[in-house]
Amino acid sequence: MREPFIFRFLSALDARTRAGVSAFLALALIAVPLLHLLLPAGSPFHVSTYAITLVGKIMCYAIVAIAMGLIWGYGGILSLGHGIFFALGGYAFGMYLMRQIGRDGSYQSDLPDFMVFLDWKELPWFWQGSDSFLWAALLVVVVPAVVAFVFGYFAFRSRIKGVYFSIITQALTYAAMLLFFRNETGFGGNNGFTDFKRILGHSITSSEMRLVLFGLTAVVLALTFIFAKWLVSSKYGRVLTAIRDAESRVMFIGYNPLWFKLFIWTLSAVLCGVAGALYVPQVGIINPSEMSVANSIEIAIWVAVGGRGTLIGPIVGAFVVNLAKSWFTVSFPEYWLFFLGLLFIVVTLLLPRGLVGLWKTLRTAQGAKA
Amino acid sequence: MSARDVFRSIIGIELDENSPYYAPKQRTLDVSHNVILYLDDITVSFDGFKALNKLNLMIDAGELRCIIGPNGAGKTTMMDVITGKTRPDSGSAFFGQTIDLTRLTEPEIAHIGIGRKFQKPTIFEQHSVFENLELAMTTDKRALKTLTAWLRDDDRDHIADTLRLIRLDGEANRPAGLLSHGQKQWLEIGMLLMQDPKLLLLDEPVAGMTDDETMRTAELFVSLVGKHSLVVVEHDMAFVKALGGKVTVLHEGSVLAEGDLDSVQNDQRVIEVYLGR
Repeated sequence: MREPFIFRFLSALDARTRAGVSAFLALALIAVPLLHLLLPAGSPFHVSTYAITLVGKIMCYAIVAIAMGLIWGYGGILSLGHGIFFALGGYAFGMYLMRQIGRDGSYQSDLPDFMVFLDWKELPWFWQGSDSFLWAALLVVVVPAVVAFVFGYFAFRSRIKGVYFSIITQALTYAAMLLFFRNETGFGGNNGFTDFKRILGHSITSSEMRLVLFGLTAVVLALTFIFAKWLVSSKYGRVLTAIRDAESRVMFIGYNPLWFKLFIWTLSAVLCGVAGALYVPQVGIINPSEMSVANSIEIAIWVAVGGRGTLIGPIVGAFVVNLAKSWFTVSFPEYWLFFLGLLFIVVTLLLPRGLVGLWKTLRTAQGAKA
Repeated sequence: MSARDVFRSIIGIELDENSPYYAPKQRTLDVSHNVILYLDDITVSFDGFKALNKLNLMIDAGELRCIIGPNGAGKTTMMDVITGKTRPDSGSAFFGQTIDLTRLTEPEIAHIGIGRKFQKPTIFEQHSVFENLELAMTTDKRALKTLTAWLRDDDRDHIADTLRLIRLDGEANRPAGLLSHGQKQWLEIGMLLMQDPKLLLLDEPVAGMTDDETMRTAELFVSLVGKHSLVVVEHDMAFVKALGGKVTVLHEGSVLAEGDLDSVQNDQRVIEVYLGR
């Protein structure tokens, strides 16, 4: 008897994962809002606005890390240009946020400030409809998906693999960054979008809006994790890892690797786009530096540090590296990149399976002793 | 007269049989004459060197045939012609009565029921033995279909039967990378069987196996006779003897002798080829 799809979907989760996800959601949706709103700012248990923004931002990065973990850890495809999809999602939603400013900008115009500055008289065609929240939400998904699908189709059909693929993704992101730096492209040049005021008419800086965005990001992160868990435990996931390990053998038993790679690649891009759209209103700015080469490489480092070939690893990696980064850039701003490089070397040489791999090894060693 | 023939006679053109617009050719295997494979006058040359020279070979349905011959006799080239990897310069290759192998691509040939096992076993080492067989199983292999694919009870039975056949039923959940060399070879054969091929081509299947494993492999192959047709290329004479089927000796790209092992081994020309003149 075939069980309903939803049961099979949920049965991909073991009891521990279910408990972990529930605890995480309870913390993010109930505990954090209460501690933020009810406790006075002086209390040691008060959760500050800074902390909410920081963790909210890192949760967006964690979604990107899962997306990277899927293609790299399970599909064997290393992208060094995933920043482009994150930024495209961010820009797509940023357009909506720019329109929500309305006449409250410096020039009191219906057009976004940068267009007034460029002496443009009307919205370019690709800004049409950007005042609609639903249209923006649609673009957040569709734009990264289309870019990834078209790029992926030609790259995978030409059997571009390994380091060659990584280099091309990096070139793609770099080219996009140069394009977005230009004022004429119509996305605010090197300043990008900022000074957002409202979402759906509500103030973007209010505590409530911050908590809503924080909670939404937590829910999306949890759903992404569950979905990815289900995906890798499906037959699709087994074929995908088989392609990673022995592509020609997979072809020989009748699967076409092109569509398997293209699906995970496009899905990964969409997840990055959604993460970017959640990131922009919380951080309050999107500019072309999100497409810089270093940013995209950092994504790969989160996954390497956390542990490839697992799904919890990328999340752990995103949190550890970014918490370290926010501490370092305050305490020793000039040494952060050196530390990042050192971290990458240490992990590559000593911890090929990342922190999660280290933890598993320690647990087995303990189990053997006991 | 079929509708297509009427249409053709009206518009007065003969459609090109190779055109993709032409209705797909009959691809069901016809073994009405009890022959599954015909190779007729096949010649393949590489830069003037004739790897196959007017090779004629006929394999009966359900037969187990051993191909032996010194190095360079053309055994692997023959396998390449049957599986579509190499196109013959001349001659014809038919699968059953109707299917012309020289016109099909490699995946098409795999799809119509010719499975080939290469010398070096390539299995998915990170996957369990069970998953290796699951991936190989004949089913809808399009990417989106695998998202919601699930194993029916008879699929599980099919995998369990194959596991028993290849003597790996105790190892179903072990990662395939941890198997011994001989077990990996069996798993590869199992993966081939999951695709339910009518004709199995096995290139040195017992290379690197212990004597015990070799004899068990022979038992396995003998048990497949009847349901499948097998063509085995092998150097190991003890193994060929254990298989007990008809033996074909290749030499310089054509058949030198054919018959049971004893008669072939006593053939004066075969002795000359193997021992040198």
